[in-house]
Amino acid sequence: MELLAFGDTGWGDELFYATLMTIAVAITAMLIGFFFALIFTPLKLSKNKFLNLIANTYTTIIRGVPELLVIYLFFFGGSAAVMFVASIFGYGEYIEINAFITGAFSIGIISGAYSTEVFRGAIQSIDKGQFEAANVLGLSKFGKFFKIILPQTLRLAIPNLSNVWQITLKDTSLIMVTGLVEIMRQSYVAAGSTRDPLFFYSCAAVLYLFLTFLSMKLINRLELKYSKGY
Amino acid sequence: MDIELMVNSFPKLLSASLITLKLLSASLIVGLFIGLLFAILRLNKNIFMNKFAYGYSYLFRGTPLLVQIFIIYYGLGNIEYLRTTVLWVILKEPYWCAIIAFSLNTGAYTSEILRSAFQTIKPGIIEAGKSLGIQSKIIFYKIQIPIAIRQSLPAYGNEIILMLKGTSLASTVTLMDLTGVAKYIISTTFKPIEVFIVAGGIYLFMTFVVHNVIKFLEKKYSY
Repeated sequence: MELLAFGDTGWGDELFYATLMTIAVAITAMLIGFFFALIFTPLKLSKNKFLNLIANTYTTIIRGVPELLVIYLFFFGGSAAVMFVASIFGYGEYIEINAFITGAFSIGIISGAYSTEVFRGAIQSIDKGQFEAANVLGLSKFGKFFKIILPQTLRLAIPNLSNVWQITLKDTSLIMVTGLVEIMRQSYVAAGSTRDPLFFYSCAAVLYLFLTFLSMKLINRLELKYSKGY
Repeated sequence: MDIELMVNSFPKLLSASLITLKLLSASLIVGLFIGLLFAILRLNKNIFMNKFAYGYSYLFRGTPLLVQIFIIYYGLGNIEYLRTTVLWVILKEPYWCAIIAFSLNTGAYTSEILRSAFQTIKPGIIEAGKSLGIQSKIIFYKIQIPIAIRQSLPAYGNEIILMLKGTSLASTVTLMDLTGVAKYIISTTFKPIEVFIVAGGIYLFMTFVVHNVIKFLEKKYSY
């Protein structure tokens, strides 16, 4: 237990901050994923074949290629890509991207592909009559989307989004390869300096179990809230 | 775009994907047995066995695969006592550790898939078997298992693809699988996009094959 003491003597406070970092990365990645889903879901549902192709390419590649490979792509290619864009605007200095941004962005892109599929499925399973009824009532396009379609989409999507959240949360462990100090990286460092890997990786496992358990409880509440009326 | 690098790295990546396939097939086979075992335990009326199987699946589905590999490879290998036993022969090899971790992980997911498949079998089918005077053991092997396999094919196909992606984590315990070699080439040439296209293409091809084999099986066993 001494190893987990807070302060200079133990790794308790380090692991605590690392846990906060994991939560921060996971939430940021999930939000970035929603942003991607917001762009690609309409493309998936569009009648234009070319737009369909773009969205399908995105989801197929991300869901068929290992997360680790995607992370390596952004880790090694990220700053080169940003420097390339910057050089177009005449900025030639070296730019280093922070590990948090690289990590959150790569996990976000992955999470976005899953979210896109969830939203597509949810919107497609809404009864056609709902769209027609909204038209008949003379609602504006925004009113139709925000008052009729979105609430029903959310209700259908939340159980599946909770799966996406669990996947995203667990995927954040992979960003340890970029050097960002989240749970896995901190356990790796602690295991290296104390030579007690079994203890620290077990701590990491317990922390992840705690996070998945906690989020399951919170999501169940959210589900109850949105399933009102059923 | 460095086409030459892409052409040169292709054979290296292709031979590395052999390790990926070996890891995948070994863990799927072992994982299927573990999954079947724990699915049966879950359906058992004995509360202790039931809880044990639930705990197993909760533990392995609630933690990242990376933690599981690290615990088995770095953690267990660090226990002095284990080093003196026969187990050390297995635990000192990253290859076997990766297979153990993947098997236990996919076993947990497979047990959930099979459990829900068994639970969706209509009781009428089992009753029909009983009324024909078939032994309950034979009902299980000849009626319940084939139906459960058919029911779980789509979900199991997903699990195979997730596991294929999961094998990339073997590169974190020094194994040179497809991702491991890809990372090595990227870090020596600093050409991430080219290598990503080739390695990603190989992964996509494998996913494509798995997807279509499952689709074919689904059609073949549909009723």
